[in-house]
Amino acid sequence: MATLFRKIWDLHAVKSHGADALLYIDRHLVHEVTSPQAFEGLRLAGRAVRRPGAILAVPDHNVPTTPDRASRIEDRESREQIEALRRNALGAGVALFDISDPRQGIVHVIGPEAGLVQPGITIVCGDSHTGTLGAFGAVAFGIGTSEVEHVLATQALWQKMPRQMRVTVTGGLLPFVTPKDVILAVIAKIGAAGGTGHAIEFSGDTIRRMTMEGRMTVCNMTIEAGSRFGLIAPDEVTFAYLKGRPLAPSPGHWDAAVSYWRGLSSDPDASWDREVALDAGALEPHVTWGTSPQDALPVGGAVPDPESHADPAERARIRRALEYMALSPGTRLTDIPVDKVFIGSCTNARIEDLRAAAAVVKGRKVAPNVTALVVPGSGQVKKQSEEEGLDRVFLEAGFQWRLPGCSMCLGMNPDKLKSGERCASTSNRNFEGRQGPGGRTHLMSPPMAAAAAIAGRIADVREVVR
Amino acid sequence: MREKFLPLATVGVPLDRPNVDTDAIIPARYLKTVRRTGLGEGLFFAWRYDAEGSPRPGFPLNMPEYSGGKVLVAGENFGCGSSREHAVWALMDFGFRAVIAPSYSDIFHNNCLKNGMLPVTLPAGEVRSLMDALLAAPGGKVEVDLSGQTVTGPGGDVHPFRIDPFPKRCLLEGLDEIALTLSMAGEIDRYERERRKATPWLFGDLAG
Ligand code: SF4
Repeated sequence: MATLFRKIWDLHAVKSHGADALLYIDRHLVHEVTSPQAFEGLRLAGRAVRRPGAILAVPDHNVPTTPDRASRIEDRESREQIEALRRNALGAGVALFDISDPRQGIVHVIGPEAGLVQPGITIVCGDSHTGTLGAFGAVAFGIGTSEVEHVLATQALWQKMPRQMRVTVTGGLLPFVTPKDVILAVIAKIGAAGGTGHAIEFSGDTIRRMTMEGRMTVCNMTIEAGSRFGLIAPDEVTFAYLKGRPLAPSPGHWDAAVSYWRGLSSDPDASWDREVALDAGALEPHVTWGTSPQDALPVGGAVPDPESHADPAERARIRRALEYMALSPGTRLTDIPVDKVFIGSCTNARIEDLRAAAAVVKGRKVAPNVTALVVPGSGQVKKQSEEEGLDRVFLEAGFQWRLPGCSMCLGMNPDKLKSGERCASTSNRNFEGRQGPGGRTHLMSPPMAAAAAIAGRIADVREVVR
Repeated sequence: MREKFLPLATVGVPLDRPNVDTDAIIPARYLKTVRRTGLGEGLFFAWRYDAEGSPRPGFPLNMPEYSGGKVLVAGENFGCGSSREHAVWALMDFGFRAVIAPSYSDIFHNNCLKNGMLPVTLPAGEVRSLMDALLAAPGGKVEVDLSGQTVTGPGGDVHPFRIDPFPKRCLLEGLDEIALTLSMAGEIDRYERERRKATPWLFGDLAG
């Protein structure tokens, strides 16, 4: 009768008042941007970190992605935040994957990699893309800095039970259609606020066939539909992914853990506040044209005409977006030239993403008008890519091959767009100025971004590889 | 102890755009601070200033009629995107104490409450009429009374709003939520012991 989300919630409720529960938090990830004020708040109040062993800290947002970063970070404020994280972690006895650690990387990439994200847990991070981790069948959500402080002090958090939504995706994906296209299509369908107040469970055979990495891409962008929580029931794919990872259950606990995990799914008669279905069988690669992640269209489409909308508010919104993006109605998406290509971020910088992009790039050259960079999501992804020779493929084509971090996803480290520059990006947000003040972002999958780098414009990857 | 939320009677500042994201409220380059204060200067930076750094005259925060306003009237899905609490700190540092909008992102809404800022949710039609009144006659006053749960518009129009009792009490009394939860430490201890028995694999130290 209960949804998976509800079951995990109930298992973690230390106490409840109506829809509000004091949830026990199993694991907590912290990064340098949203945690300094939380640690400072504790210090000012004379409070201790309750359970340092449940926390992992990593610098990712601010870090430069060039090789000299271990010796010097130009920007004083960034350096201070990274140093504060180091001080706070060491002072509290919290695990830290520091800037030169081979395990360093984007917080949502390294947690799963280490094996610390497991089915049935609650996990938080002061970062809105924490929903990524729900791909393991966990209640994973982004919180603000005051809540970070609350969890540090109490290992628990007051939360209101969200409404329950199920998104069922069915059908086999066409070649070059990826989990990124699935989630862009879902967001386009329900809207950027469509999931607000809800937890979203993704189900259906399309999701079941996805690897853990693909499932993480899907859950990563639930926040772009307004929902803080995305989750997917665990299965054999999940267990196989976890087995043998450093922080996964030890061999002595493994069987008990797996049998516990097997019990984690929504009951067939669970009741949903909202259900959405998507037939992905004919889905095309998607690209965004506007300044909201809901502004996605199949690559064969054209920039929409605001005047064709009946709703005046939507007309005004589209007009504004087109003005910012410097696009005119009716322009075919594949006629839009790009200046930069960014393959990276917690959405699409895992090994499978880089393999898919490299397969498109191999034997081809980046267009002369384009600067393209690949930023692996973690040190582990970087190492594995290099073992597989993917770095050579990218470098020979004219891409830059960088050190792991958030990089050009958010415009707070040296990797940014200049005003007016247009970028094909595998990240998750195309907001005004997200990748740098005045920058213009088109979201797409890794193979599509690779194709844009080769073509020098937004392109249908299937034509580029033909 | 936080500041208590006191009744407001102030100029209302209209921001007539839907889906205002936290990157727009405070751009990422302003997040490189280890403090909570001083963020007001980056508030709505790209909308307040042009590429040369000159104020854009038409933007409400730059218009003298709206100066000193403590209540922001905004469009739907306000505060979407990044979880950065800096968005709330920037609004508060600038002087805002309440936002009125048809809907908010969940994280932004929480962040407001934790900082003593009131996010008032009103039906879209009522926000529209407040917005139109403030745009038509800049400088109009808006009153926000949390105890009575009402907003009063420039024309004397009264709009009741809902808020859960617990956050309401925290705001009115300026309560420290962490202290409240710490007073339940015994229950958390008990829970933790049980959980350790049920899922012992979750109690290793991540630091190894
Ligand atoms: S890669 Fe982008 S979205 Fe992901 S955590 Fe970093 S800044 Fe946030």
